[in-house]
Amino acid sequence: MKWRWAWLSLLLIGCDRTPPDHKVHITYWEKWSGAEAAAMQAVVDAFNRSQDRIVVEFLSTSSVDRKTLVATAGGDPPDVAGLWVPNIYSFADRDALMPLDDFIRAEGYTLDEWAARYAPVYADMVRYRGRFYGLPATPATTALHWNKRLFREAGLDPDRPPRTVAELDEFAERLTKRDPRTGAIVQLGFLPQEPGWFSWAFPQWFGAKYVDESGEIAIGHSPAARTAYEWVARYTRRYGLNEVRTFVAGFGGFASSQNPFMAGKVAMVLQGVWMDNFINQFAPGLEYGVAPWPAAQHGQENFTVADLDVLVIPRGAKHPREAWEFIKYVNSINPYAQRSEELQGMELLCYLQKKQSPLRQWSPFFERHHPHRYIALFRALGDSPNAIHYPKIGIWQEYRRELDSVFESVRLLARSPEEALAFCQQRVADSWRWHRRSLERRGALWTIGTPGEHP
Amino acid sequence: MTVAERRNLRNGLLFCAPWLIGLSVFTAYPVGASLFYSFCDYSVLQAPVWCGMENYKRMMRDTVFWLSLKNTLVYALLSLPAGMVVALSLALLLDTGARGMAFFRAVFYLPSIVPLVASAMLWLWIFNGKFGLLNWVVGPVFRFFGASPPAWLGDPAWAKPALALMSLWGVGNSMVIYLAGLQNVPRELYEAAEIDGARVWQRFWHVTLPMISPVIYFNLIMGIIGTLQVFTQVFVMTGGADGAPARSTLFYALYLFSVAFYDLRMGYASAMAWVLFLIIVALTWAATRLTEKRVHYGT
Repeated sequence: MKWRWAWLSLLLIGCDRTPPDHKVHITYWEKWSGAEAAAMQAVVDAFNRSQDRIVVEFLSTSSVDRKTLVATAGGDPPDVAGLWVPNIYSFADRDALMPLDDFIRAEGYTLDEWAARYAPVYADMVRYRGRFYGLPATPATTALHWNKRLFREAGLDPDRPPRTVAELDEFAERLTKRDPRTGAIVQLGFLPQEPGWFSWAFPQWFGAKYVDESGEIAIGHSPAARTAYEWVARYTRRYGLNEVRTFVAGFGGFASSQNPFMAGKVAMVLQGVWMDNFINQFAPGLEYGVAPWPAAQHGQENFTVADLDVLVIPRGAKHPREAWEFIKYVNSINPYAQRSEELQGMELLCYLQKKQSPLRQWSPFFERHHPHRYIALFRALGDSPNAIHYPKIGIWQEYRRELDSVFESVRLLARSPEEALAFCQQRVADSWRWHRRSLERRGALWTIGTPGEHP
Repeated sequence: MTVAERRNLRNGLLFCAPWLIGLSVFTAYPVGASLFYSFCDYSVLQAPVWCGMENYKRMMRDTVFWLSLKNTLVYALLSLPAGMVVALSLALLLDTGARGMAFFRAVFYLPSIVPLVASAMLWLWIFNGKFGLLNWVVGPVFRFFGASPPAWLGDPAWAKPALALMSLWGVGNSMVIYLAGLQNVPRELYEAAEIDGARVWQRFWHVTLPMISPVIYFNLIMGIIGTLQVFTQVFVMTGGADGAPARSTLFYALYLFSVAFYDLRMGYASAMAWVLFLIIVALTWAATRLTEKRVHYGT
């Protein structure tokens, strides 16, 4: 009999989760690993030191979106999750995220005032159906990175990057080298599939829309999208399907010194603000320049693909108020910082990750002593009217997969752009109808065009 | 029931309880629930809403679903027969009783215990179009005929054959089962056949094959089940769940995975899982019917 009680009390002790320090412990799951995770850990430590009521327990985890999804479905989500921005749209459509609007109002801000703290493109990304479903962690913008040494060798001015897509093609041609004996490619000026992360953005770069004003899928009817994919196919035709394939097989992984840009195999790439970190690590001394991506349309200046890591509070989180306190801290700065140790919140995080801050206000120290030498450009790109981001629809993952499939089949010359686009249009439009019917069933259907919505 | 019987029953059930609970909570319930969800609009995040046959009707006109099914069947047709022939051939070689047989048995079995992800990474290099071992070997043959060697996983036409080729790396399991079957064939049958003047090939065809036919049948069924569900190595080697290049390796389980976990259409994914189950049942039934007359279970 005594043993039974002993077992039971052991079991109960096992279940008791009140921490001995009487503080509120909140869990925070984040996608980052390595140096990026270390940067966030520093911010978490600073937050934990800054007050004595809340302790954030930081956990770096792979596939954070899927794990958050499963944990939320199971009713035991983390209090804060670091997701990718498109997750917001699909999760919010399924009522899996807490809107932050009430917390923001409780801070004495209107939603628009709060939005005005950020460069517009980032505020727009986290505001879905007029509500804030998350706040930025770190932002990114993308730009042309070019190898100055290869420019010089090709007889090009190393300080004069291409400014239009026509120039990009022309420079690419001059930067391409073949083995005179075998004809095999040994260097390419540009390759649309390298790194391939932004191929979904090519149609919009050429002026296409993914979703039209009436909220319908619009890619298949867009002449600009066709132009974009014809441009992609031209690269394969010009350099040869098999030749490119063999050449590409020699590329190493992105985060390695065999990265084709860092190894000098591809002279120009579209890459993000993070690239500098990797170059410093894997190809220190690489002589490269950064400039806005060339224009594909007349007057299209400072085109960039903006992206965002976001912090959200999953529905069912045990400590939403404390989670908000942490998210708010990450979105704050110390405008009077004089040294890197005095940086706070967003600036500490972005300083350590060497990214721009998404906030409009930068402390003088952060602006002047930022470790990324091209940071002013990436900041300016975030303010650009030609900064684009993922369309805010709940089926974006699927849409993007179809766009990637169009890109693949066109690049491999397996399908013509018209054919591939027609297929994509039919599939995504069908899936969009299906998704909206699902929302309708739950009384959650909304229409694009509600105030504050620019998909 | 006497007191003793009742106690025995209770104790018996108690001893079975871990298994019974495990089966009902972790197998029976999920299986039952997925059947229910397959008739629902369900995203995991919200309560399921009954939608009747909608998911199944959708599947019929989902072109990518049909593509994934076709890819899977093509892969199975390439990988399964080749795997069976290679496994049986290796088993026959190992059954000759040559010296060092135990060593070779271990060597041929070894790849089966290498984790799939690890061997997938290894094969990525073997298939590399520029530096790959495979092209180093077969490249000269292709060039002799004036063709350039394939880029394997980089080429939609070669990606499936490449994966089928790689699947041969894991034949160790079925090889061991064949070997056990071969060693169970009564030696006197061979002696009798030899006295009757049967040659090697005739002994194989008229003694060995009929005697190990239940093992062949077993490996066939397990092979059907395994190849139709292929996932891990493809997911690792083609960099995600969309079956690169150009959806040539988009297999059934991969498409199911992305529908479930990327698109959050758990109801549709459940329906797909049930259809795959029915396909496997049908193929198993067909295989059983077709081989009925040829499988001999001793006397």
